[in-house]
Amino acid sequence: MKRLSHMRRHKFAAPALIAAALITVGSAFSMASALPTVQHQQTSSGSTIVDEGKQIFLKGCSSCHGLNAEGSGIAPSLIGVGAAAVDFQVGTGRMPMADMSQQAMRKRPIYDAQQTAALAAYVASLAPGPKVVDPTSINWERDGNVADGGTLFRTNCAMCHNFAAQGGALTNGKYAPTLMGVEPKYIYEAMITGPQSMPKFSDTTLTPKDKADIIAWIQAADKEPATGGASLGRVGPVTEGLLVWTLGLGILIGVAVWLAMKAR
Amino acid sequence: MTNSVERFVDPGLPEHVHRKADFDERAAKRAERQVAILFLLSAASTVLTIYSYVGISPKKEVFLPLLGTQQVNNLGIGVGLALSLFFIGLGAIHWAKTLMDDTEVIAERHEFRSSDEDRKEFVETIKERAGTAQLGRRSLIKRSLGAALGLIGLSPLVLLRDLGPLPKKELETTNWAKDTYLVSDPQGRRIKASDLEVGAVAQVLPELPEGTERSLENIGKDAVLLIRIRPEEFNLDAERLSWTHEGIIAFSKICSHMGCAVALYEQQTKHLLCPCHQSTFDVTRAAKVIFGPAARPLPQLAIGVDAEGYLIAKQGFTEPVGPSFWERNSA
Repeated sequence: MKRLSHMRRHKFAAPALIAAALITVGSAFSMASALPTVQHQQTSSGSTIVDEGKQIFLKGCSSCHGLNAEGSGIAPSLIGVGAAAVDFQVGTGRMPMADMSQQAMRKRPIYDAQQTAALAAYVASLAPGPKVVDPTSINWERDGNVADGGTLFRTNCAMCHNFAAQGGALTNGKYAPTLMGVEPKYIYEAMITGPQSMPKFSDTTLTPKDKADIIAWIQAADKEPATGGASLGRVGPVTEGLLVWTLGLGILIGVAVWLAMKAR
Repeated sequence: MTNSVERFVDPGLPEHVHRKADFDERAAKRAERQVAILFLLSAASTVLTIYSYVGISPKKEVFLPLLGTQQVNNLGIGVGLALSLFFIGLGAIHWAKTLMDDTEVIAERHEFRSSDEDRKEFVETIKERAGTAQLGRRSLIKRSLGAALGLIGLSPLVLLRDLGPLPKKELETTNWAKDTYLVSDPQGRRIKASDLEVGAVAQVLPELPEGTERSLENIGKDAVLLIRIRPEEFNLDAERLSWTHEGIIAFSKICSHMGCAVALYEQQTKHLLCPCHQSTFDVTRAAKVIFGPAARPLPQLAIGVDAEGYLIAKQGFTEPVGPSFWERNSA
């Protein structure tokens, strides 16, 4: 007891106590807030998949998108966006958003495949829209022409997603994400649904064959070996220039200083 | 207190400070060893270069932190070559700094003009040699040499023609005209108005007459971006509204600032961005500049449809596309 009271007067006692309290409260809160979202939605056996989707929608999405998916000041209407849009946004974890930032970013999905399918079925029941893309129907490995895909990519995609598909900045904190490691199905769905800032590239302007070409090119770019060593993000002069202007010039300045130094 | 200033005395050279190696034989020996080590390091690096080229298989790779996966023999050749040169320089400079004579030397400045004697002698020599070369007597040689030397001066002048020819109307005209079909870039397919959904974009070029090759210069002028939004979102005057078709609007893709391809389209804000200098154009207000250095909106192309619903241009561009140039009429 005496020892404890002695420790109480230690100069680090107060900061340590505050840190311990913050960690305890913080982790307890994050555990508590994470729990409801991972809970599996209970559905009665007689309900259809659309009803199940509606239940999930009312709990997880309606606070922003409205009770009937009509949209609000902070979120767009989902009527007519189609199942493909839901599959893309929810399947890549972009929706539900973690916070009200400029852009929903890819993260670990909150809903599992079955819940995503139910949500997609519900949104598709509101109005017709693009259907969920079956990954086996794209067949980019067989039909995709990498060279044609490169030409199409440079004309249609490269201005936002960068010439090496590494992504790039837009305005006000928005950005075009990198396409490295994105599944062909989601690339296809993004093109037909136009998520967030991205415009739509429907099958009439870029045919399914064109899209297979583009996907084949992105996959080829993804697997491109970096024979020259570190690729520096493959964004060209920005990182390369930074390295040369700091490290390269730094070394040269060091050598110049040594050159002009008089020996003792 | 008088205004007179004390005359500034030339301070002369500072006292020469001797280096340790100048008076301490042990220090001199040490410096000598250091120089020798640097030269030997260079020699070792050369051996590494040659060994990397001859002895290491190009297939061998190694992962290095920060540098990524590297071809071992390439790395060895590069590092070896760089170090072998670097250490020669390092050794030479260390040698000069520590051991070579470092006493300051004063180099006096002299007048540039030669002495009168020298100048007179020069003129005499020239005259004498010209006489023995018979330059005065053989006028044919003198004149033909003059012609040859004179003409040689002309050739660089003729090459200046490559600065031209003047572009004439090239900067003001494109391949867009009345009833030109819009075709997709790069596939070259005609586009129906119904092919574009709301929120869709398409990169288009004018359909060229059969047998005409599309050149990069042409694409650089003709590139057009088609955007479809909901018609009620337009905020255009009656004329510009008549240039659109059911919410489809077409703009030149060539930035009015420096000529980059303006094609970063934000579907939600309806803003078009130029990637080079961040000029931002509002699609709903006829590409009005809302941010950035561009001085003019992007030229709008008047579009409509033919009997079958394919998109066509109703007329060519009414102003030159792309950045300003000297002879451009409007600002």
